[in-house]
Amino acid sequence: MEILKKGQAGTMQSSDLMVTVEPADRLLIEIESTVKKQFEHLIRAKLEEVLAKNAVKSGKVSISDRGALDYAIEARLEAALQRAGGA
Amino acid sequence: MADFKLRRSLLYVPGNMPSMLQNIPLFQCDAVQIDLEDAVPLSEKDAARILVRRFLDNYKVRNKEILVRINGLDTKWALDDLKTVLPAKPDGIRLPKADTPEVVEHLDTLLTEYEEELGLRVGHFKILPSIETAEGVLNAPKTARASDRLIGLAFGAEDYTATMEINRTKTGEELFNARMNVLWGAKAAGIQAIDSIFADVNDMEALRKETELIKKLGFTGKCMINPRQIDIIHEVFAPKQEEVDYALEVMDAIKRAREMGTGVISLKGKMIDRPVVVRAARVLNTARAHGMVDIVINEEDINGTE
Repeated sequence: MEILKKGQAGTMQSSDLMVTVEPADRLLIEIESTVKKQFEHLIRAKLEEVLAKNAVKSGKVSISDRGALDYAIEARLEAALQRAGGA
Repeated sequence: MADFKLRRSLLYVPGNMPSMLQNIPLFQCDAVQIDLEDAVPLSEKDAARILVRRFLDNYKVRNKEILVRINGLDTKWALDDLKTVLPAKPDGIRLPKADTPEVVEHLDTLLTEYEEELGLRVGHFKILPSIETAEGVLNAPKTARASDRLIGLAFGAEDYTATMEINRTKTGEELFNARMNVLWGAKAAGIQAIDSIFADVNDMEALRKETELIKKLGFTGKCMINPRQIDIIHEVFAPKQEEVDYALEVMDAIKRAREMGTGVISLKGKMIDRPVVVRAARVLNTARAHGMVDIVINEEDINGTE
């Protein structure tokens, strides 16, 4: 899918994250997290997995994470992509 | 008595809060109702249903009944709620604003379509309708028979008092007639009656009193909004040891009576006949679910043999 406009989903509550996606020429991922040191690679892998599943080839994905588990990362990115999908 | 399932405590969990959702496996309640309706702001309906879906996809070994409260079928969100959440196979749907039997029938039809699409047995998804308006109360006896999927009727006192334009009190006199109609509807249809939430999470004494009252009336479970309310609700619904002991004596007495060729016998000066036996059987089934006794009561114990 194509990111046609800016889309945001999630909250800043504990165990949640805020995901922002916006159009860009290439794929960029920016991660802010309370557990960045230990888990950045796992968060990035999860984001890449969901982006691949949704066939997203380009766009800027920024997240501000408050210790979210995998299912929440997946859900918030999906919601942000859905909101960014135009229409 | 085949489908005797304990549903004493049904906890609402907001659908858009990961911190609450991921604690679901830890809560000691009998069922949770993941909420996509009132606990989710209008701007987050889409994100909440995705979050619930992904949570349930990952919560595979489940230790309690999982219901999802969708938005009312008269809203633009309900169909997307079902479409997103049902593939994660919740046990059932809590249906808000079940004002008429037709609303329940409509959901029944939708669920059948999803079951066929998902390759599930027709009837897999249960329905717990909310009776929460004046119209809903009036129609409760018909609504209770609207679908084989119903596990009970759930009374929603907060919305009910709003539609009645009255205040809800802690003593609940204003709810008496509505509760009775829900109870009669449910009992006549042979399904469970589940009471409303109690909103003041700091007043445990009033919660206990209300739970004792609704148990006395015939409700077998209560909804709640805070896990701190679970223990009191379970305490109230647990049979007392003397009730269990008496029920065992009743079962023993009626067995002796039948051996003597009669359906009625005296136990400590009190008459024991079929209605007493039915009540005793219910106590023992509840006690068994609480792990207090080990015996299984079957139809023959209650009715005897021809």
